[in-house]
Amino acid sequence: MPQSAEPQDRLNDFVIKLANVNGTGSASANTLLMKSIFRMGVPVMGKNYFPSNIQGLPTWYEIRVTREGYVARSGRVDIMVAMNAETYAKDLQEVSSGGYLLYDSTWPRPALLKREDVTILGVPLARLCNETFQGVRARILLKNIMYAGVLAALLDIDLDVMRTLLGESYGSKKALLDSNIYALEIGHRYAKEHFNCPLPLRVTRMDKTSNHIMIDGNTAAALGCLYAGATVGVWYPITPSTSLMDAFKGFCQKWRLDPETGKRNYVIVQAEDELAAIGAVLGASWNGARAFTPTSGPGISLMNEFIGLAYYAEIPAVIFDVQRVGPSTGMPTRTQQCDIMLAAYASHGDTRHVLLFPNSPEECFYLSVQAFDLAERLQTPVFVMSDLDIGMNDWMCPALKWDDSYKPDRGKVLSKEQIEQLDKFYRYMDKDGDAIPYRTLPGVHPKGAYFTRGSGHTQYGGYTEDSTEYQIVLDRLKRKFDTAKRFVPPAVFEGRNSQPVGIVSFGSCDGAVREALDLLKRRGVHADYMRIRAFPFGEDIEEFLAQHSLLFVVEQNRDAQLRSLITLETRVEKSKLRSILHYSGFPMASTVIVDGVLAELDAKKKRVAVSV
Amino acid sequence: MSFIAKPKIAHPSLPKNALGLTRRDYEGAMSTLCAGCGHDSVTAAITEAVWELSLRPEQLAKLSGIGCSSKTTAYFVSGGHGFNSVHGRMPSIATGAIAANKDLYYIGVSGDGDTLSIGFGQFAHAIRRNINMLYMIENNGVYGLTKGQFSASADIGSKAKRGEENVQPPIDPVVAALTLGATFVARSFSGDKEQLIPLIQAGLKHKGFALIDVLSPCVTFNDHEGSTKSYSFVRDHYDEVVHTDFVAPAQEITAQYAAGEAMPVTMHDGSRILLRKLDPTYDPTRRGKAYNYLRDKLAQGEYVTGLIYIDEKSPEFHEVNGTTQVPINQLPYEVLSPGSLGLGKILSRYK
Repeated sequence: MPQSAEPQDRLNDFVIKLANVNGTGSASANTLLMKSIFRMGVPVMGKNYFPSNIQGLPTWYEIRVTREGYVARSGRVDIMVAMNAETYAKDLQEVSSGGYLLYDSTWPRPALLKREDVTILGVPLARLCNETFQGVRARILLKNIMYAGVLAALLDIDLDVMRTLLGESYGSKKALLDSNIYALEIGHRYAKEHFNCPLPLRVTRMDKTSNHIMIDGNTAAALGCLYAGATVGVWYPITPSTSLMDAFKGFCQKWRLDPETGKRNYVIVQAEDELAAIGAVLGASWNGARAFTPTSGPGISLMNEFIGLAYYAEIPAVIFDVQRVGPSTGMPTRTQQCDIMLAAYASHGDTRHVLLFPNSPEECFYLSVQAFDLAERLQTPVFVMSDLDIGMNDWMCPALKWDDSYKPDRGKVLSKEQIEQLDKFYRYMDKDGDAIPYRTLPGVHPKGAYFTRGSGHTQYGGYTEDSTEYQIVLDRLKRKFDTAKRFVPPAVFEGRNSQPVGIVSFGSCDGAVREALDLLKRRGVHADYMRIRAFPFGEDIEEFLAQHSLLFVVEQNRDAQLRSLITLETRVEKSKLRSILHYSGFPMASTVIVDGVLAELDAKKKRVAVSV
Repeated sequence: MSFIAKPKIAHPSLPKNALGLTRRDYEGAMSTLCAGCGHDSVTAAITEAVWELSLRPEQLAKLSGIGCSSKTTAYFVSGGHGFNSVHGRMPSIATGAIAANKDLYYIGVSGDGDTLSIGFGQFAHAIRRNINMLYMIENNGVYGLTKGQFSASADIGSKAKRGEENVQPPIDPVVAALTLGATFVARSFSGDKEQLIPLIQAGLKHKGFALIDVLSPCVTFNDHEGSTKSYSFVRDHYDEVVHTDFVAPAQEITAQYAAGEAMPVTMHDGSRILLRKLDPTYDPTRRGKAYNYLRDKLAQGEYVTGLIYIDEKSPEFHEVNGTTQVPINQLPYEVLSPGSLGLGKILSRYK
């Protein structure tokens, strides 16, 4: 956003950042704020920046009110709710010029809070809480709801909407509901009495959120697993993927119990480690169940050996990599797209894997379902490459839809009758010319039995150390990866071949790129955009790369992993590619892309001028 | 050279089991192990046991890790699917496979390296989950495929082929399984088919995790003077404490036993095993006593064999999970998806 925005321009267009101490219950107040704005029909974006810790460390929540419906960060902070004295100084610094800072003035901090261009708003929240509520824990928790009340007055958020939402959360617990509503109203009243409410940045009703939901990507992916008919989920707890299995479990407890017996139509195993998790997924898939494991980068590192086995022995598997900051343990509660190369070529030997790149919780749902179809169609592991930003933040997305005519694609699995008619079954033979062989399941027919192995094997399924026999299978696997191009989701384009400049990106960068395209347009810079949704790269991607003379590859890692993969796996001319990289661990803001593109175009102009 | 199919010529006079199948119908590919390898005797015992039980070949799923032992799943019952996975990770493959289809018989064949070193964690957790499988260790105290390094089951003082003496204390899989809560713990010797076959049958019919640690000498790297896993050493130092006879459901117990000597145990499918105590003071249903007995004998350099411990009552994996009766890989998609109507209900929370 331009810094010189007039106050009237700030209607439904500003950023609230809330600085809290983790473990104090601030999440529910922050979610309440965001959801109230959403219920008023105004698009919002929420991002939670939390520490890898349970209690006592700084944590931030950012709410962007965005009438345009942008889904990325803007890079601004218009009102800082500074509830953590430890981080006051840093929080004040972050406020954009002309902005506000709200703090708990029970303990005044005149020295710390000095900034001419920021309006400081003090509310004695702790004192008000102590005067009204009993018990230390209640006072801490209700202080959060009280600042939500203050913000409601300052930003003109409808109190009735907030009361309704509180009712939905605490409906059955009357005392709790009453004290929450009371705290909300105390805050609201205090602000009305002491400040000139509302501020120029404020919320006003719109109608842009009906038929939308606010959901996180892990929950949406878990729903995808439910709708894909996955019956076996095996996992080892790891941030930020854990909530995927938690959600799956919750859905199964409701929707997967046998109506007569109450018995489970699913199995969830919390494994002893990620090696066992992927092993059990392969065992279950080999035996004909749809199985998956959610994990993050460190888990993928551990799973490598089994992933190679699945590739070579051609066993379906769905792996969710909810990426976090690496290398090593890295920063477990921060986001990145840093496992691209790891996943694309996971395991020793010549291996290549199908990757899907959802851009949002919405796509987490649809691509999860597709991941199971692809894994069984192609008989190979399929990775859904989500990340912490998509996986753990609530995103506003169009309500998910389901087509009841959907039938799972179980791929080439021979039935008992089909096996019966065969003279002999050969597991790894390319009978259809698409490089995908036929499978049989254990327990079906003795003639369909074969020996699954990670050691050298022939197209007939037997052990081999013969070069020719080995190569027949290995070459077919390469052709099978080409076949995969026909099945994976195509890229999404915003303008094709209309501009000399193209932007290439994927996954959670999408929101920032789309906003950047708008911002660039306002500055007279036009670019086409391709969002890649899968690896292997299809012909549509090759075409876009060929059509543009300058290509920016936007991604969230240090080493330009997507650009590397594009360089290795397409015919693109390497010198056309430029990187725009963001790897701070926080989700990318559109400004990163705007600045990156403009800097390169300026430098190019200068280069041209010099050479002239 | 498993791709060379053996000619299946069944002579009409060959005995048939209840399904009308001969022993030949339960064979697998030709073994490529060394001549005289203990593992081949175990393979023969498995073949015999499964034939006698009249299991349909496709009802058996054969799982293994990596090593000489793990190759053997290719050498029996070629009508059942086999899965030769990665080193030490067979238990996780078994866990997933069993989760998907609880109605097959699962037999895992592992070795002392595969189980007690690289795979010790997965072994322990398979026991903890009490997954319904027969887990056999072909235990020879050495790494055969990499030419004779000591394994974690090698005894202190046992000598390698070139004279090197093992100095690390062994991990005994039977002791480990007892302490981890295994519900069926047995030890046998590849050279004692009479003991081994009924144990395999009992293990397959046991509801839960059945371990049989089979002392199975390595003729190439660990069958010399000074080794405690050689044929001659094991023969001289193995001590059967409880002999097991397997009795099929319809069969009658005909043998006569002195009072207090025999102990029948009914398995979940109605078959029985008859335990004959060779040491009358021993009780294979008392875990603590079994443990002490075993430790005392080990200290004397004796391998206790037979069915050391059995518990048919503890719930296996699916009972604990509360899984539905139909194997979940056979549930129709319609019962798995809440459909568009369900989605509407689910999403109301997120509005």
